[in-house]
Amino acid sequence: MKIIAAMSGGVDSAVAAARAVEAGHEVIGVHLALSSNPQKYRSGARGCCTIEDSHDARRAADVIGIPFYIWDMADEFHENVVENFMSEYKAGRTPNPCLRCNEKIKFAAVLDRAKAMGFDGVVTGHYARTEESTDGRTLHRAVDPLKDQSYVLAVLNREQINGAIFPLGDTEKVDIRIEAEARGLAVAQKPDSHDICFVPSGDNAGWLRDRMGSEVGPIVDQDGNKLGEHKGAYTYTIGQRKGLGLTVPTADGSPRFVLSIEPVSNTVVVGAREDLAVTSMRGERPIFCGPAVGAAPLRGFVQVRAHGAALDCTYYVDNDQLVAELDAPLLGLATGQAMVIYDGDRVVGSATICETA
Amino acid sequence: MSVYLDHAATTPMFDVAIDAMNTSLRKLGNPSSLHTEGRSTRKDVEDAREKIAHALGCLASEVIFTGSGTEADNAAIKGLFWHSEKKVILVSSIEHHAVLDPAHWLVEHEGAQLLEIPVTTDGVIDLDYVKKVVADRGSEIALISVMHSNNETGVIQPIADLVKIAGDIPVHCDAVQSFTKVPLSFKDLGLFAMTISAHKVGGPLGIGALILRRAVEIPALLHGGGQERDIRSGTLNAPSIVAFAAAVEAKLYDAKKVAALRDAFETGVLAARPDAVINGRGADRLPGISNITFPGTQSDSLLLLMDSQKVSCSTGAACTAGVHRPSHVLMAMGLTDVLSQSSLRFSFGTTNTQADVEYALSVLPDVIARGLAANLVGKK
Repeated sequence: MKIIAAMSGGVDSAVAAARAVEAGHEVIGVHLALSSNPQKYRSGARGCCTIEDSHDARRAADVIGIPFYIWDMADEFHENVVENFMSEYKAGRTPNPCLRCNEKIKFAAVLDRAKAMGFDGVVTGHYARTEESTDGRTLHRAVDPLKDQSYVLAVLNREQINGAIFPLGDTEKVDIRIEAEARGLAVAQKPDSHDICFVPSGDNAGWLRDRMGSEVGPIVDQDGNKLGEHKGAYTYTIGQRKGLGLTVPTADGSPRFVLSIEPVSNTVVVGAREDLAVTSMRGERPIFCGPAVGAAPLRGFVQVRAHGAALDCTYYVDNDQLVAELDAPLLGLATGQAMVIYDGDRVVGSATICETA
Repeated sequence: MSVYLDHAATTPMFDVAIDAMNTSLRKLGNPSSLHTEGRSTRKDVEDAREKIAHALGCLASEVIFTGSGTEADNAAIKGLFWHSEKKVILVSSIEHHAVLDPAHWLVEHEGAQLLEIPVTTDGVIDLDYVKKVVADRGSEIALISVMHSNNETGVIQPIADLVKIAGDIPVHCDAVQSFTKVPLSFKDLGLFAMTISAHKVGGPLGIGALILRRAVEIPALLHGGGQERDIRSGTLNAPSIVAFAAAVEAKLYDAKKVAALRDAFETGVLAARPDAVINGRGADRLPGISNITFPGTQSDSLLLLMDSQKVSCSTGAACTAGVHRPSHVLMAMGLTDVLSQSSLRFSFGTTNTQADVEYALSVLPDVIARGLAANLVGKK
């Protein structure tokens, strides 16, 4: 097949491209320029998107022996990922921009463009597996549980999964580094990227404050009693305990946690740990990676964070929303996060959490 | 087969230049040394200087070797500015970044005021604008810089007329693309300064020259051993200088043949894509450059697709991150941001053949069709 290898400049995408070449594909390396004003050098927790990273990607392509180009996706990235990140926080939700990027950029803008140009698909360095079954191609967890990225890929629909190749899902990260070394890739020991690529400092709250201001508002308990003030409701997350700066102690001295964020009144509501408990969740915009789920309840697992636990649940679709009822309560679940349903290690689908109870 | 249509970026070295360079590389001697070896290398350099001066219609002492065309442009723009008490710099809006960027740098750091000469839709500078500026503010102008021909479109500029209008205001001309392609005489044009580069004319990379009028002594960018009239210190790069002169002296550029290939290509492109627009076609152009807008496409997609069909061409400008940017040249000619990013430059050289043109034309329709499709889904 003729495929585009999305190369971030990291070790994973470099090895993925090399494996695709070895598998007999005709591969062209593409680095996505996602910032219209990229920094020259990596700094802080940032793991990609600098000119240095684009250079690393180019050198990896040189070693692998494939053509290499840079595609400017800065406008699309800003519109679909960065602006969405801000508007979600503004609305009191906690978004995951990596999912959004996979859904809108890597496996939409890039895949569509690649297909129109005559390519058959896109290969990336994500840790996930696909399997061919009677129901078509399905998405599965990677064998390395610490690196498994099926959660952030669960926004892909069936057509996108059919156009995706994930050559690393069957290997542990430590072995990918060894393989990169053996292949002579200079990025073999390059540190993993962490956090959000467009927040170089890793300080999400500070980044949001710089762009959205810090409007002071009340911190209240569940009865509406004002306990303190905050500097921008969007810099808090559900379940947060530290940094609340409250001076009024609880009667029994137990700690308080953020229970909800109300963007319209710019209010942060706090309460006791047990009030964080959630036993069911609803998600909007469900996307199914394999056969679609219906109204009939099914047993499986739900995961609500990139490296969170898989929680036993019953799931079904109601009113175009994906519903998961947990066997055991979960503490602290923010709307805006993705709920991803698994059937064993197979990804069933995902939705954006809009309601918890 | 593979077809190289990017001769304006760099063109193959002529064999005579490679041979001259190899011979020189095996010779010992710093051209500034006083002993036998030094004198021998110095002789090679001075022979080369005279050959280049002869080809350019200037004095040998007016040839100052530099490390690149960019360096010569920087030396000229900054040097002529610092040489003058005046603060206004007048450049065309279609200059290469090697001229525009030092001019902008002088604005930011040295109190210069920059005026840009607009161009017509065919990419020719507006002489009426120059007349007006010279009439109104002539006493404030430190220098004027206009390229002899544009690197993206090949459009030739009316330098002789410009120099007449300028009167005694110093004029610099970046002639990197024109040298050896069209008649060019430093003396006849009446210039103060001119830039040329070896790798555009069949010589090696990394050697250029600033042609600077004898009586003009500008401040140096590089200080050191005092070589090159104390304007450009640094050990003379004898092998590259010798090869540069060999390429120039050989006069191997066949303008008639190159123009015929370019014209055949353009005729074929318009037959296949009647909506394509050849930029600057109404103006006097260099023989080898063709800049074509394919509406509805993205030039970086087209380049990838042409490259995968083994045809090498250019999208024009890219930023430091390697991202394709709208061309300031095409935008100055009135193209929109979008159209200027839908344009490719094909540049032909003496090594190209009719078969090259036919091959490029044979892959073009499919490339454009895919480019149109990619643009519909992938962008905006």
